[in-house]
Amino acid sequence: MNGLLLLIPIALSLGLLGLGAFFWSVQGGQYDDMDGAALRILVDDDAGADGALP
Amino acid sequence: MNVMTRLAPEPALIERDFAVPDIRCAGCISKLEQGLVRDARIRSARVNFTEKRVHVAHTADADMPALLGAFTSLGFEAHPIGEGPKDVDGEAASSQELVRAVAVSGFAMMNIMLLSVSVWSGATGVTRDLFHWLSALIALPTIAYAGRPFFRSAWRALRHGHTNMDVPISIGVTLATALSIYETATHGAHAYFDSAVMLLFFLLCGRWLDSVMRDRARGGVTALLRNMGTGAMVVGADGSTHWTDATQLQPGMVMLVAAGERLAADGVIVQGRTRIDLSLLTGESAPQDADIDDPVHAGTLNIDAPVRVRVTAAGTDTAIADIARLMGEASQGKSRYVRIADRAARLYAPAVHGLAITAFAGWMVAGAGWHEALLIAVAVLIITCPCALGLAVPAAQIVAAGALMKRGVLIKDGSALERMAEIDRALIDKTGTLTLGRPVASNLAEIAREHYPLLLALAQMSRHPLSAALTRDLTAQGVHAAQIDEVQETPGFGVAALWNHRPVTLGRPQGHEAGSELASELSIDGQPVALVRFADALRPDAVQAIGALRAEGVDAMILSGDRIEAVAPVARALGLTAMTGLSPQDKLAAIGRTSGAGHKVLMIGDGLNDGPALAAGHASMAPGSASDVGKNASDCIFMGDRLMPVVDTIRMAKRTQAIVRQNFALAIGYNVVAVPLAFAGLVTPLVAAIAMSGSSLIVVGNALRLKGALK
Repeated sequence: MNGLLLLIPIALSLGLLGLGAFFWSVQGGQYDDMDGAALRILVDDDAGADGALP
Repeated sequence: MNVMTRLAPEPALIERDFAVPDIRCAGCISKLEQGLVRDARIRSARVNFTEKRVHVAHTADADMPALLGAFTSLGFEAHPIGEGPKDVDGEAASSQELVRAVAVSGFAMMNIMLLSVSVWSGATGVTRDLFHWLSALIALPTIAYAGRPFFRSAWRALRHGHTNMDVPISIGVTLATALSIYETATHGAHAYFDSAVMLLFFLLCGRWLDSVMRDRARGGVTALLRNMGTGAMVVGADGSTHWTDATQLQPGMVMLVAAGERLAADGVIVQGRTRIDLSLLTGESAPQDADIDDPVHAGTLNIDAPVRVRVTAAGTDTAIADIARLMGEASQGKSRYVRIADRAARLYAPAVHGLAITAFAGWMVAGAGWHEALLIAVAVLIITCPCALGLAVPAAQIVAAGALMKRGVLIKDGSALERMAEIDRALIDKTGTLTLGRPVASNLAEIAREHYPLLLALAQMSRHPLSAALTRDLTAQGVHAAQIDEVQETPGFGVAALWNHRPVTLGRPQGHEAGSELASELSIDGQPVALVRFADALRPDAVQAIGALRAEGVDAMILSGDRIEAVAPVARALGLTAMTGLSPQDKLAAIGRTSGAGHKVLMIGDGLNDGPALAAGHASMAPGSASDVGKNASDCIFMGDRLMPVVDTIRMAKRTQAIVRQNFALAIGYNVVAVPLAFAGLVTPLVAAIAMSGSSLIVVGNALRLKGALK
């Protein structure tokens, strides 16, 4: 029983943490452009490096 | 003082969205985002690849042509996006609100299930009570938060004196929760918190899928609307020109309309002489001569030469306002359509309520206490709650819409798919729908091939619609342009240049050939050598598509605003009957007559003049090249030059309806088994949980079969 009193709050707060993270990511617009996000990994960040592209 | 602080008094930035249909790869993203900001007036640019649009923040001194020019210099065509049409159903929950509700109920469901499993595995006494109280603690706020879309909709339905699916859902969830709290407080064995929350979770998933589908299509449609946010070059009193948004145009202003540009307002020509393409407005395919003092209308295309037009009416006062009024009246019929899930709910809801009351009354009569009778009634309510109706229909429809989107068809909402499955008559506009709606060089085969490179070289130099058509057709044949110098374009005539030191021209035919027909003449050394004729061609697969329509049991007929001479060849080629010379009212009347005879009409059209008919049809489709009015009024939009997507859509809609019916049958079959169990009082929370998730998985799995239906 003592174990439960400790573990249940931990389980719930971990779940709430996940829920909060999801809300935060929806709020930040992370799901607005799913296909674009997949492609952006291929984009070079530094604008000056245009000429370096093959 | 560093650079950042010196920039601090930033002038107010204007934020705008542009639709850029040509964004195709990661390269396009970096090219746009890094290229646009090189223009000092553009402060930031952000590409949304999924919706193919770019969000730009710019300073106030960058006007529309400058912004569009910035896109053009990077090799992209951009269309400004205005304020989208306002959501008709303002009370419906937004996708983002629903996704939050799904997340909350999903989180709650998992945690309550965790506690419930330990109760079912034999927790007793204080432990069970503790777990029930914890469940209640999680369930109550969840139901209050995630249940709102259902409670709101149920309350709205009840207030208007009818019932929908949300009524049994709301009653079931509320009763189950209330009873579970009582159970918990009295140390009872059965609490239904997990069932109530699980029910909400599954149904919210369905709602969310439905709204995702609508959002996705709406995003696609907004990106297609070209005319919104457009404007005109207005000539000031001192002769200077400046760009003015269509919404800012006032009667009395004089606008300069270049060849190949669409008019932004109604007006009268005050200078210049041209031909105007009315096909989007009236369906008339032959261009009309327009001289000084002739009235011209918003949305028509200036073909030949630049003209100055004095604005007589702008915005909502234009000639199309009449059409808009007709459309408003015509669309009433469509809003009366009741979706299949709601139709089923009309039968289902009373049955569910009846069963629950019967169970309660039956057990009371049989001598059980009111507490036990109520427990059984709640079990019946939960077991019969329409998971399949709430989840199966949207799941099937979003899978179908996704498959169709890959084929270039945008479906605006689920109800469009349902209506599309019922049609048995197709009324089709000619210009722009059966035909491509743009000039295509019709006699290229008769012209000597040695002239092709020269034709292409000259045509490429001009933005004139005929030159653009010629460029497209020749490029498609793999022709390479010849080398030419000293190119000069004369508005109203054409392009002149030097080719191997010989003067060459491509332009308006001289002499006897200068009729109403669309043609361009190529001359070398002043001698005409080739005459390219242009005509509006049939869509490449029109014949097969009409044949396939017939095979689907859909009779087609042409409904055209064009003259009989122009329609007859098309009708003959396709073997269809036709009505010609119709006004928008006539088209509306023709649909009324056909519907009156008991047919469900599919209207396919593109023009402004088709707007009311598109709104009145039981279902409607428009090509991607259609007028904005046409695209807004129709249920589905198909892209590209082919007509076959129309048939694909009808097939897919029928297939979807079949799957939906199967899912209903599955749901009824499941109830046939489960309801007697619930009646007998054998449904514990454990059985309810297994039955509910099992049936939901089965209907979703069945819906997923649609993915391959078009292969």
